[in-house]
Amino acid sequence: MTWRITWATARRALTQVRHDHRSVALILGVPTMLMGLLAWMYSDQPGFFDQIGASLLGLFPCVVMFLITAVTTLRERRSGTLERLLAMPMGKADFLGGYALAFGLVATAQALVVATLSLTLFGLDVAGPTWAVILVAVADALLGTALGLWVSAFAATEFQAVQFMPAVIFPQLLLSGLLVARDQLPPVLEVVSTVMPLSYAVDAMKHLTTSPTVGASLWGNLAVVLGFTLAALVLGAATLRRRTP
Amino acid sequence: MTEPVSGQLGTGDPAAVVSDLRVVRGGVEVLHGMSLTVESGTVTGLLGPSGGGKTTLMRSLVGVQIVASGQVDVLGRPAGSAELRHRVGYLTQSPSVYPDLTARENLGYFAAVLGAPAGDVDRVLAEVALTDAADRAVSRMSGGQQARVSLAVTLLGAPELLVLDEPTVGLDPVLRADLWSLFHDLAGRGVTLLVSSHVMDEATRCDRLLLVREGDLIADSTLPELLVRTASEDVEEAFLKLVRANRAEWDGDR
Repeated sequence: MTWRITWATARRALTQVRHDHRSVALILGVPTMLMGLLAWMYSDQPGFFDQIGASLLGLFPCVVMFLITAVTTLRERRSGTLERLLAMPMGKADFLGGYALAFGLVATAQALVVATLSLTLFGLDVAGPTWAVILVAVADALLGTALGLWVSAFAATEFQAVQFMPAVIFPQLLLSGLLVARDQLPPVLEVVSTVMPLSYAVDAMKHLTTSPTVGASLWGNLAVVLGFTLAALVLGAATLRRRTP
Repeated sequence: MTEPVSGQLGTGDPAAVVSDLRVVRGGVEVLHGMSLTVESGTVTGLLGPSGGGKTTLMRSLVGVQIVASGQVDVLGRPAGSAELRHRVGYLTQSPSVYPDLTARENLGYFAAVLGAPAGDVDRVLAEVALTDAADRAVSRMSGGQQARVSLAVTLLGAPELLVLDEPTVGLDPVLRADLWSLFHDLAGRGVTLLVSSHVMDEATRCDRLLLVREGDLIADSTLPELLVRTASEDVEEAFLKLVRANRAEWDGDR
């Protein structure tokens, strides 16, 4: 891994995002709007928004970053730029690291905006510290980025890449404990939910929802999310081929 | 008859040696045991109709093509070796640059990946005559300009071998002449260029010619030699005669 190349790749990806004003508006605006909508929906049922608000705060960046990364990487594969880069002194770790860095920064900006507005304007009440909420949201976004990178290898078109979102993210969302507590799921599904990274993302946010302190259970959940992220990046690296048929 | 513009012949080892290269793509054999050499310091034209295997041969030289069998050596190393990634520039047929970035941003990025010196971006922009359009997004450029941004990327750093897949297609004649003179300038500085085209007339611009058809090399010589040997007026005629001769030989064998 060469830091110069990783950093250049991150800067280039950020420049592309910067040129695309509409995407920037969507990245920052859509999760904010959804959180506002949710706060409004539950405005007559005090406490309910606080129960799920933080968990959703972690899920939006994951979904958005999954989509952005899957489509961006697919474009690299199909436009010939990836082949060109891999014929240059570009390491696979530089390529993936550059994207993870760039989209990690975008995700941080997104989490800052959405969390700040949710905690102030929308009146979200979270027991844990704000920085920890943002940290978990960024980890979730990195997970989305890594999963998107990996999945882009299996999509031949942008249309397919977008379809992978419900296929990869939705089952995790359903089983994450957001709708039904995981220990109340049928036994088989409970086991399945323990091998899905989003379950740990939701657990981390649930911890912050109720507990004012940052304890071992939060760090444990966070470590699992980052472990899955690294695994997805390694799988993603395996799909980057210098030689193709 | 036109003399090759720069007659500098290779000194020392050839820039690329291909022996008995077979490539299968999508279950079809695209190259059937091709052998050739590219002399160093020359502009070598790779000519032939599209679908004949020119791009596959070029991809094999750059080391991005999975090959079925055979040996491809470039600058004395097996094609695709890590240390060749600084020394070989490859231009794909369709422009492979980022359409949402400007020409300068594209070149700045690829220059950083290659570790090219700071002034390189301005140098290559001038070489492909894009200085005035440097800050325009590639997606807003004409097809010819996009192709030149992609070409400029291959000129970054100090490549010793340039593998250019149809670099002059669709360009206006003045620009095309300018690019060919750039290619010969580069060859004069010791760079080897392998340039493909499906336009036979471009043969007059090349020091050496490789004619490829249906996955076979049908000629490897200079233009004058080729015309004398086939008693032809131009490359088109020589090409036809070679194809007919091959076919007759093949029928004779049967």
